[in-house]
Amino acid sequence: MMCKSKKKKDSKHETNFMNSSSAFPDEVLERVLSMVKSRKDRSSVSLVCKEWYNAERWSRKNVFIGNCYSVTPEILTRRFPNIRSVTLKGKPRFSDFNLVPANWGADIHPWLVVFAEKYPFLEELKLKRMFVTDESLEFLAFSFPNFKALSLLSCDGFSTDGLAAVATYCKNLTELDIQENGIDDKNGNWLSCFPESFTSLEVLNFANLNNDVNFDALEKLVGRCKSLKTLKVNKSITLEQLQRLLVRAPQLCELGTGSFSQELTCQQHSELKRAFNNCKSLHTLSGLWVASTQYLEVLYPACTNLTFLNFSYAPLDSEDLSKLLVHCPNLRRLWVVDTVEDKGLEAVGTYCPLLEELRVFPADPFDEGVAHGVTESGFIAVSEGCRKLHYVLYFCRQMTNAAVATVVQNCPDFTHFRLCIMTPGQPDYLTDEPMDEAFGAVVKNCTKLQRLAVSGSLTDLTFEYIGRHAKNLETLSVAFAGSSDWGMQCVLYGCPKLRKLEIRDSPFGNAALFSGLGKYESMRSLWMSDCKVTMNGCRFVAQERPRLNVEVINEEGGDDSRAERVYIYRSVAGPRRDAPPFVLTL
Amino acid sequence: MSYHLFLHQPTTPSNLIYSSSSFSSISILNSTNSYQEMENSLVNHETELNLKATELRLGLPGCDEVNKLQCNFSILRSNKRSSSEISTEVDSMSKSKLNTSNGSEITSHDDQDNAPPSKAQIVGWPPIRSYRKNNLQQKKGESEVGMYVKVSMAGAPYLRKIDLKFYKSYSELLKVLENMFKCTFGEYSEREGYNGSEFVPTYEDKDGDWMLIGDVPWEMFMSSCKRLRIMKGSEAKGLGCF
Repeated sequence: MMCKSKKKKDSKHETNFMNSSSAFPDEVLERVLSMVKSRKDRSSVSLVCKEWYNAERWSRKNVFIGNCYSVTPEILTRRFPNIRSVTLKGKPRFSDFNLVPANWGADIHPWLVVFAEKYPFLEELKLKRMFVTDESLEFLAFSFPNFKALSLLSCDGFSTDGLAAVATYCKNLTELDIQENGIDDKNGNWLSCFPESFTSLEVLNFANLNNDVNFDALEKLVGRCKSLKTLKVNKSITLEQLQRLLVRAPQLCELGTGSFSQELTCQQHSELKRAFNNCKSLHTLSGLWVASTQYLEVLYPACTNLTFLNFSYAPLDSEDLSKLLVHCPNLRRLWVVDTVEDKGLEAVGTYCPLLEELRVFPADPFDEGVAHGVTESGFIAVSEGCRKLHYVLYFCRQMTNAAVATVVQNCPDFTHFRLCIMTPGQPDYLTDEPMDEAFGAVVKNCTKLQRLAVSGSLTDLTFEYIGRHAKNLETLSVAFAGSSDWGMQCVLYGCPKLRKLEIRDSPFGNAALFSGLGKYESMRSLWMSDCKVTMNGCRFVAQERPRLNVEVINEEGGDDSRAERVYIYRSVAGPRRDAPPFVLTL
Repeated sequence: MSYHLFLHQPTTPSNLIYSSSSFSSISILNSTNSYQEMENSLVNHETELNLKATELRLGLPGCDEVNKLQCNFSILRSNKRSSSEISTEVDSMSKSKLNTSNGSEITSHDDQDNAPPSKAQIVGWPPIRSYRKNNLQQKKGESEVGMYVKVSMAGAPYLRKIDLKFYKSYSELLKVLENMFKCTFGEYSEREGYNGSEFVPTYEDKDGDWMLIGDVPWEMFMSSCKRLRIMKGSEAKGLGCF
């Protein structure tokens, strides 16, 4: 170990040493460590000795905080003085599905206030499931003169006025990435706020905003931002307008088309085709909100180098998809809607042998029409053709144990396996048995599995399998599953790397909750809603583990002894000081 | 110095946090006795309270206990036939044994009261983000982006196209056509059509028949109109009067 070695000291350098037993001057150590990028590696580095801990904290530029309540901005800025990029995640994931009431918290503002003082050179902010107001966005725009990149996903509390402030005042902005958010979409005027002198944009994503923007302003903006690599426009942009944008930005690597639907003349059609032909660097394509069949062919020349196709909002059918995929041999990631059906997935298996990630979203999740969607045969077809598949998110209405077993035999490298059989508690539709063996096959075959979401009719056996085999599992999502406390206990005892456990509507009670007492401090968080846990059970956990925050959300007028929604997470920040009245910290 | 571990994901859970030995399964088993006692006393305490009366559930008002979704999967499993029947029935209209045109067959089914609530009633299920859900609703509201139809006029060298979705009534539509083609249609009457006008607005419907604009309710017109034609009064003689 460096700090223990007793090397000959060079007297010239002695004054530079903070600690004279170190063989390296701190500047050198910091320089070397600044090249260590991985979070896990930096964490290990900081544990070696005091010198390395200090060198690491001084040289660190990016920080990732998976739970904004696990630490305070004061503690963060005290430890890391030179941060340029912050990634923050706020609400528990189930808030995406309306299981967390509004005004729960995760307000970015207190963080920004501290950052304005301690990180005046902040360049990048990536937020997920945070509460962000227009005032906060304005504050951001004014407080950080070097601010470059803003990315918002699943956030809420702001409107397009906040975006206008960012566009107006962030002179050095390179990235504005507005993904799926609960934004108050007032109008498209924000886009016109980029000053005419502004040319630094590299990433612009406003695909998920609905209002028209001033196309003239957009065209000029795209024209003068020569480094623009990512452009994702919204539905209001027509094919003709898209063509004009492409002509100005043939260097694009990622394109989100508009609605992709319009009546074009022959000339417009060929101009569009030529424009796509000229985009030699495209590797990511998304959008196609309406996607008239007749125009998909203009995409073909641009498809050869595509690695990521995000058609998760494009209502394509199997024929459209097949014809397109013929031209996409290099595809690595594909997101589609289940309108493509099993036949479309067969085409995936046939034409995209390099596929690593597949996500199939439901067009009709509430069964309001006659929706066929995809079945187990589509899943098998993909697995047969795409042996490198390691990430799947699959929404379906029917599944069998045998099919899943076949899939994971074909593709044993799964790291992320998220299967959603859309009717809660639904068994294997051919044998009427629970889906235990399906997930048993997944965890037995896929030794690298990190993330698992289960569904269908499941007994404790599923969880026994998980506890016994899923030794690399980090995230588990459970809904309407299990028979008794034993199920949850198996997972808590058996999965050493478990970090996030989220459970809803399952029969796990206090005994199960207590079996994780030895584990929760090594996890990011536990969520349990509509289970059998009681308030007294939660109080016991809070008592036994003061370093955990144990929070209960109970609706008004509910049963006082039941703990409807429990959120338990480790924290060095102590109990929340900004909890709303419906969040009880025990 | 141990707090920094919370900021990163440590690769080994048995870390510096515990000064005592890490919680092996043995030590947990030893301490479960006290947890078991705790759990027992909690259970006893809870049965003394009348939990059923104040229980929160998901489900339609007036449903009996069997409709409870949370935590009671034996219910779902015992009804698994009905739930799987219902779910497959929604999917496939082709299954001959299910008579989907006779909706009452399902509603009169014995297990109707015991069937789990439809998916739309379960909060946050299936697990898709609000943004996507809202997008679906929008899609249902607008079957197409616009409803462009061709408009031809007797004697005109080329056709025009208009978006029917833009208009809410016949009067709006006719005014626009009058402007576009510099003509007038005169007064519409059910009995006489546009009798007396030099020009008459007509449309071709789904069956390929040429109809007088104005005869049917606006919505019906919208759903059956394939294209428009402004005919000369003489051309349209057969359409207006019966």
